[in-house]
Amino acid sequence: MAELIKTVDLKKYFKLSKTEYLHAVDGVNLSIEKGRTLGVVGESGCGKSTLGRTMIGLNNATSGEIWFEGEDLLKLSPSRRKAYRSKMQIIFQDPYSSLDPRMSVFQLIAEPLISNKVHKAKGELVDHVSYLMEKVGLDQRFINAYPHEMDGGRRQRVGIARALALNPEFIVCDEPVSALDVSIQAQIINLLMDMQEEMGLTYMFITHDLSVVRHMSDEIMVMYLGQCVEKAPAAELFRNPLHPYTKALLAAIPQPVIGEKMNKEIIRGEVSDPINPAPGCRFASRCKHCCPQCTQADVPLKKVENAHEVACVLYK
Amino acid sequence: MGENTVKVKIKKKSQAGDIWRRFLKNKTAVFGLIVFSLIMLVVLLADVIVSYDSALTQNIMDRLQAPGAAHWFGTDNFGRDIFARIVHGSRNSLLVGIGAVAIGITVGGLLGSVAGFYGGKIDSVIGRIMDTIMSIPLMLLVLSLVTALGNSLINVLLAMMIANIPQYVRIVRAAILSVVGQDYIEAARACGTSNLKIIVKHVIPNAIGPIIVQATMAVGTMILNAAGISFLGMGIQPPTPEWGAMLNEGKQFMTMYPYIVVFPGIAIGLTALALNLMGDGLRDALDPKLKD
Repeated sequence: MAELIKTVDLKKYFKLSKTEYLHAVDGVNLSIEKGRTLGVVGESGCGKSTLGRTMIGLNNATSGEIWFEGEDLLKLSPSRRKAYRSKMQIIFQDPYSSLDPRMSVFQLIAEPLISNKVHKAKGELVDHVSYLMEKVGLDQRFINAYPHEMDGGRRQRVGIARALALNPEFIVCDEPVSALDVSIQAQIINLLMDMQEEMGLTYMFITHDLSVVRHMSDEIMVMYLGQCVEKAPAAELFRNPLHPYTKALLAAIPQPVIGEKMNKEIIRGEVSDPINPAPGCRFASRCKHCCPQCTQADVPLKKVENAHEVACVLYK
Repeated sequence: MGENTVKVKIKKKSQAGDIWRRFLKNKTAVFGLIVFSLIMLVVLLADVIVSYDSALTQNIMDRLQAPGAAHWFGTDNFGRDIFARIVHGSRNSLLVGIGAVAIGITVGGLLGSVAGFYGGKIDSVIGRIMDTIMSIPLMLLVLSLVTALGNSLINVLLAMMIANIPQYVRIVRAAILSVVGQDYIEAARACGTSNLKIIVKHVIPNAIGPIIVQATMAVGTMILNAAGISFLGMGIQPPTPEWGAMLNEGKQFMTMYPYIVVFPGIAIGLTALALNLMGDGLRDALDPKLKD
């Protein structure tokens, strides 16, 4: 299968002052094949969301390349880039704040269609909106409802309908279930997976919930402070985590075994400062395997096994 | 659902109809609307209700009469009929009050939304200019502007409007800032909505509440400010009837003949009250979250 989207050394820095830059995304290389899902995991503030938003153009990248269908989006003129925008959509984390409280479900779902002038006749627009509602499992009686009248799951379905409205090929799912009840999380995840199968969608699934990401993803990328520290097929990563940070992350998944003793690798210390970070491995200050090599120069991703890449000096 | 189920009838309810329905549910707001409509009726039909001459004719024999059958609201120290003066004064008072607020809010709102939406340097420049205007006391600013531009009702209106702009810039800017950071603005951008459409469809509807409240509260203040200005000898000149000016002129007779100031006071108060009730109702009606 052909790859749909690829980033090369993608960077997004936020300027804080003349000399201070917050390195939110720092040289990420990834590629996602058409119809597949890349899971992106990492703790809060590691740049997962910024990466997703930068890829679909909500943030301007500082440097690097974003290849989509054989074109480098960052080199395109703004008008040509806009044409690609409708092919890339995002589902937001919080369905309570990502829907305009003054708009009805109809207006919300119709917005992308109206903004991109998909339909001329109003009847077509109404039909399209009700088709989308049916597709995401929203009852037609909600068409005049306002977001505050619905529960979180239904709101998120509206968010998904908005993202699907323009027939995108690539969707960034920015923690789409983390604001929902556990019972509703499963429904939304199944909906997303059904949509993927039906429409051949490509997902980038951002989350900090490891059990969700295992269920959804073909490949998983672990991020720490703006950088990718490990990348592997989902099953492989869970079977054989290599990077000390990935190991600690997986060890933190609760195991429901009665009488099991807590025997976990606990990461000590705080996340180091993302503002003008020092060269070398960013996890070094919290890593028990830390050696002088770690802090001398940046540690690049290295292929260890088939499709399993890790950025750590322990693996050659 | 079986295939034979009748398709749910999808009717897109109009937004304006929704707002109107919610407004009508609010009894006090409807009261405000009725009172304000009556006042507007008086403005339109002033000449039919009582002739303009009777608002100006001085009749020394009849001066300072208490309210009665001949003069419903009594007469002032020149023997002019207070009822006639209030009816005809409504035109000048509402023109100044509503005019200054309406123009101030349009210009201030525009500048405020530009400052809030784009931020950065534009925001700083607009902010500093507004700070400069705000640092001058209102009366002083209006007096110097009217002196410079020439004494006329339009110039007073213009001067009051300029003095008013900064507060609207600030309110609108703050309201816009609270909306612009929201996720749904980013969501609109992600689905390809243009900046102009985002401002019109998302930012303004969500930011308009505090602006409406401020505007309706300001009308009463503006009428009184205009009165202060005419008291200082600018703007509306005697004997032209105007509510604020009537308050000022009647001040010296207030202890003996309170009705001279009571009726214009009631007129100003009633207008301000009606507008406030209406404004509050409108703000609530515009917010679908406060339905029922």
